[in-house]
Amino acid sequence: MLLNQFLLLAAVLFSIGVYGVLARRNGVLVLMSIELILNAVNINLVAFGAYHGTVSGQVFALFVIAVAAAEVGVGLAIVLLLYRNRQSIAVDEVSSMKG
Amino acid sequence: MPFVAPYLDYHAFAPELVLIATFVAVLVADLIGERNKPLLGTIAGLGLLGSMVPVLTLAVADEPVRAMFGGGYVVDNFALTLKALFIIGGYVVILLSTNYIAEGDFWEGEYYLMLLASILGMTMMASSRDLVLIFVALELLSIPAYMLATWRKRDPKSNEAGLKYYLMGVFATAIMLYGMSLIFGVTGQTGLAAIAASPAIAGTAPVITLGVVFVIAGFGFKVSAVPFHTWAPDTYEGAPTPVTAFLSVASKAGGFVALTSLCLVGFATQEEVWQPLFWVLAALSMTVGNLLALRQTNIVRMLAYSSVAQGGYMLAPLAVAGHSIDGRRESIGALVVYLLVYGAMNLGAFAIVIAVARKTRSGEISSYGGLFQYAPGLTVVMTVFVFALAGIPPLGGWFAKFVIFKALVNPGTSAGYALAIVVGVNSVIALFYYARIAQQMWMQPVPDEDRTPIRVPPSLVGALGICCLVTLVLGVLPGLVGEIGDLAELASGR
Repeated sequence: MLLNQFLLLAAVLFSIGVYGVLARRNGVLVLMSIELILNAVNINLVAFGAYHGTVSGQVFALFVIAVAAAEVGVGLAIVLLLYRNRQSIAVDEVSSMKG
Repeated sequence: MPFVAPYLDYHAFAPELVLIATFVAVLVADLIGERNKPLLGTIAGLGLLGSMVPVLTLAVADEPVRAMFGGGYVVDNFALTLKALFIIGGYVVILLSTNYIAEGDFWEGEYYLMLLASILGMTMMASSRDLVLIFVALELLSIPAYMLATWRKRDPKSNEAGLKYYLMGVFATAIMLYGMSLIFGVTGQTGLAAIAASPAIAGTAPVITLGVVFVIAGFGFKVSAVPFHTWAPDTYEGAPTPVTAFLSVASKAGGFVALTSLCLVGFATQEEVWQPLFWVLAALSMTVGNLLALRQTNIVRMLAYSSVAQGGYMLAPLAVAGHSIDGRRESIGALVVYLLVYGAMNLGAFAIVIAVARKTRSGEISSYGGLFQYAPGLTVVMTVFVFALAGIPPLGGWFAKFVIFKALVNPGTSAGYALAIVVGVNSVIALFYYARIAQQMWMQPVPDEDRTPIRVPPSLVGALGICCLVTLVLGVLPGLVGEIGDLAELASGR
């Protein structure tokens, strides 16, 4: 089994995703970075599922894919709303409330 | 292999089924015609009360534990108590919303739909004992909540509230999922009981530690524990106030339920990892939450930081939960009792904020000056809620704090004693800002000399009545919920 290669790929994707969420200003790119993390999770789940010889990993991955689609749908709607009200989707500019 | 249909216990599912039926009823009523709009809140409220019926019949039934899907979905006393909390809490939020939503510029039908969907997610969360189910329930309760926080579409503050909640929430969920995938990888199981039974989880491999820490960090966001609390004040301030009340009580309780079943059932053998983590989260949440609440001038923001601090009190018993079966039982009991009492007093405080804002249109604490002179009833009730939140006897809050202290001190460990001292010191700090509200209402002059009385709509009176009754009764007769502490099924690691 080449489990470690899958896990390494997932870990790299996860790290890129976390970096993207923390460093990116553009709302859509932040959403894409979150998708990277979720796909790292999917690779992990499918690889582990194959390693253990159970289907629950793939089932879990399917649930993650389906729910992530719904989640990103809401996220894009919020970003769109932001664009309508501010003509900008830079998430770090959205900081009228502090303290 | 032939397909074997899973065993379904429809009685155990009944609360969720009633909620789904209510969801469909509201959707259809909203579709049929414009003139049904005022009815939607009533249908949603009646549906929630209707789903309380099976909860009660399940509670009095002889069968204590009903497990389905190989132990993935469990209806026991713990789950039933929390379902009751979510449903009644949701009902109070609907009472708070009725006038607020109808009088504002809101989409009414969808509002109740989202609220019902979120409550359905919470009732599912209370029964979930499987990683996949916990994830699905978490998303079902969170995604509608993201939309509810953004409900005022044209208000930049509401946009900001929703965006911050969404981004932090999704990020935390993604981290939590990565942790779950590692746990699944180590054990090859998704059911919590199967994970606990797997020999691999008992080891000390770093990957298990990483998985547990990631999962707890993900839920730490949901319960707004410091340092994952940064979204809470902004979201609470910007979101419509009934939604804030909902987030601060129901959504938070949902996170605690998941944390409890994950750590005490699934990761029961990893207490060396999660106990210190909860210790730090609890101590930080209490201290930071209270200190920041001291300097707030907006009452919603102050309540947001106060709810961060209250979350810290609720995390505290989990920090000593791993020592013994008795310890676990006591910790779960303390957490559940605190959640119930906190739900009543916090929803009550928000109900007052909504009632007062109907007249003053302001969330500043200074606008509460002289409230007693023109709204004596509201003042007395608000005083009850703030002193209950501060933990003064004979109101509900003191009993909740008392069981927390008891759970912390009973194991007799130095970590438990130290955390009990932190709780004690923080209760004193918290008294300052809670008492400041009372002082404003009773002693300060009316800021603009406008003494027209506040007209409180009947639904708000109902919500206030429920919250006030629970807060007072649990304080005077704590034995009523003392029995809830006996949640043996979960504590024995089923």
